[in-house]
Amino acid sequence: MKIEITHGSLLTPQGDWKLFDRIQINDGIISSIFHEGETPDTRFTADVQLDAKGCYVLPGLIDLNVSLREPGYSVKGSIASETAAAAAGGVTTLCCTPESDPINDSEAVTKLINDLSHKSSKCQVLPLGALTHGLKGEQLSEYASLKQAGCIALSNAYHPIKNLAITKRCFEYAKTHNLSVFINPIEASLHEGVMHDNHVSTTIGLQGISSLAETIAVSQLIQLADISGAHLHLSQLSAADSVLQVKTAKERGIKVTADVAIHHLLYTDEQVENFNSVFHCMPPIRSESDRLALLEGLRSGIIDTITSAHQPHEAAAKQMPFAETEPGMSSIELLLPMAIELNDHHKLPFDRFIAAMTTQSANILNVKKPEITEGNAANLCIFDPSKVWSLKAEDLLSKGKNSPLIGQQLKGKVKITIYEGTIAFSENDTK
Amino acid sequence: MQPPLQLTESGRLKHFLTISGLSKALLTEILDTADSLIEVGERQIKKVPLLRGKTVVNLFFEASTRTRSTFELAAKRLSADVLNININTSATSKGESLSDMLRNLEAMASDMFVVRHAQSGAAHFIAESVTPGVAIVNAGDGWHAHPTQAMLDMLTIRQNKGQFEGLKVAIIGDILHSRVARSQIRALNTLGVEEVRVIAPNTLLPTQVESLGVTVFNDLEQGLDDIDVIIMLRLQKERMHGALLPSEQEYFELYGLTQEKLKCAKPDAIVMHPGPINRGVEIESEVADGPQSVILDQVTNGIAIRMAVMSMAMSGQTETKNLLAENAS
Repeated sequence: MKIEITHGSLLTPQGDWKLFDRIQINDGIISSIFHEGETPDTRFTADVQLDAKGCYVLPGLIDLNVSLREPGYSVKGSIASETAAAAAGGVTTLCCTPESDPINDSEAVTKLINDLSHKSSKCQVLPLGALTHGLKGEQLSEYASLKQAGCIALSNAYHPIKNLAITKRCFEYAKTHNLSVFINPIEASLHEGVMHDNHVSTTIGLQGISSLAETIAVSQLIQLADISGAHLHLSQLSAADSVLQVKTAKERGIKVTADVAIHHLLYTDEQVENFNSVFHCMPPIRSESDRLALLEGLRSGIIDTITSAHQPHEAAAKQMPFAETEPGMSSIELLLPMAIELNDHHKLPFDRFIAAMTTQSANILNVKKPEITEGNAANLCIFDPSKVWSLKAEDLLSKGKNSPLIGQQLKGKVKITIYEGTIAFSENDTK
Repeated sequence: MQPPLQLTESGRLKHFLTISGLSKALLTEILDTADSLIEVGERQIKKVPLLRGKTVVNLFFEASTRTRSTFELAAKRLSADVLNININTSATSKGESLSDMLRNLEAMASDMFVVRHAQSGAAHFIAESVTPGVAIVNAGDGWHAHPTQAMLDMLTIRQNKGQFEGLKVAIIGDILHSRVARSQIRALNTLGVEEVRVIAPNTLLPTQVESLGVTVFNDLEQGLDDIDVIIMLRLQKERMHGALLPSEQEYFELYGLTQEKLKCAKPDAIVMHPGPINRGVEIESEVADGPQSVILDQVTNGIAIRMAVMSMAMSGQTETKNLLAENAS
């Protein structure tokens, strides 16, 4: 298929915005880019002509933490529904967590996920293999065959590992196979509760989880990464002190990277005050001082990237007393409007957001950077940064409508997402 | 902005979920209404027709004898029909969801649910999910709130002390797990007492407890100094197992209210306890049954307070319904 995009601004690999006259895509590859003032090749006969006036053309986002819910949880989502949602969010590559049913701790499950995502072909799916068998935190899973089957890295998802000796062996064995280890830092014995432990939890009488449950684990994991030489990627940091520890570790040259879930950058535990279960997340959304530290960590590069931590749920999963509801938000489709919100109101520059979710995420996965340059795969999205619209539940392609943004006015809208040269999402199709 | 969940557009009660967000004037109105209803309990025929023709469902997801009985008596004295449902032995154990169960009960044309639940926020959740016109009264949710207990305590304090201004109140015991304490602290501060103290070891205090508007004492004798009202909390036996406390003996030695310790408070201090009492664990029998104890007044006042909030919430719902009907026509 031949696609021609006309008149927009694109983000160059150097991180500058540049007006272009047209971008030509042929057979999955960006064949030519003509910047403003250059004479375009008019012999190019496009099958599809896209006008990007007033829009950004961005490299496709890489999201390191997505629950696709398949196999096993069809009531919450499927690979087809959630990769479509990813495309609608401007994501062209994602890592799916191993928390499916069966858990992705074997070649067979990895292959099933790969088959289903090829069939859907809305974006590239890179499975994370289970760090331990059944995610029980006891026995190493077969890293070599998981890698062979296509797992990009290993993850314990949001499950604790039984003890430090097992964690140490996981690191050593992962290093043996040159696999990165994604860990949600949790000290299980301090982790009883449903929200952040602070004055809000005290006021409303919900059991709080102290930041210590994370920061103690971060400290232990960094030491184990140092000793083993494995690449440790800390998923979903939520506490200010974790950022400090990562800073020190990086200064010491330890192979550690970190991400933050986007809702931890936008919300605080005050949102839980009326028992609003849409804000029930794990790790819990913490205090304003934590939120500000996470934002600062991103600005300074201590935190490498942002993820959606996308967790679609059926309505019933959130319709119970707060503590009985299931944690997580459906947010992969709304990453870019949230990025505009962060840019406009929380001093996180939009370019920094894009660099995090493209270049930095690619570095963590050790895959090719998604840049808009001639000869690269055409993975990109057309985003209107100034469009103001109001979100209705039925606008979301994800099966999970568990977003606090429903009913809100948003700024910024994805118009088109192109994955490997074909249109994976178009806003016109959803109307 | 949305109006608070438990208030009508004109600021009257339509549910009674928490003390939080209620004004001093509204709390005083509850106390005044209860005062006027106390007299009903002293009549030959103990009934007023305020809830005649209404169906009240006592929905208890947690075992309770006293609270449920006083709610039942209160509803009957208001002439309502009462249905008691004990969920431990009922539908949710068969896998029916809470929402489905509420739909079924609503279909039986219930007008009010009195809810007790082990999860904080359960009453909020139910108030958000029931159809308009059905009132929810919180009879205790998790560690969050027990607003009728707090209000009956306020009524008892007002009867004995005449007013709230200038009072110093001490709440002693397991603040961490106590919905009663949270509601009491909120009510006392709203009604304008001079000081609320909590007295407990740090293992029984929640994070940033001062943010509730209290001063913290670890020492009972120091904390009781110059106190007008002493509120003892029940210590659940299972707290001994979670490494929160070493033993009942040591707890009683340090935090048990004895005649000796009582002398640290003002001579006319009153002693309260939400019950049921663990004699010899948090309070000595001589104190519980002594002249300064108002524990049984609390029980009597419980019926009047529950009658007050049930009738007020019901009339708030009627007001909302009439408004909806007006807007529709």
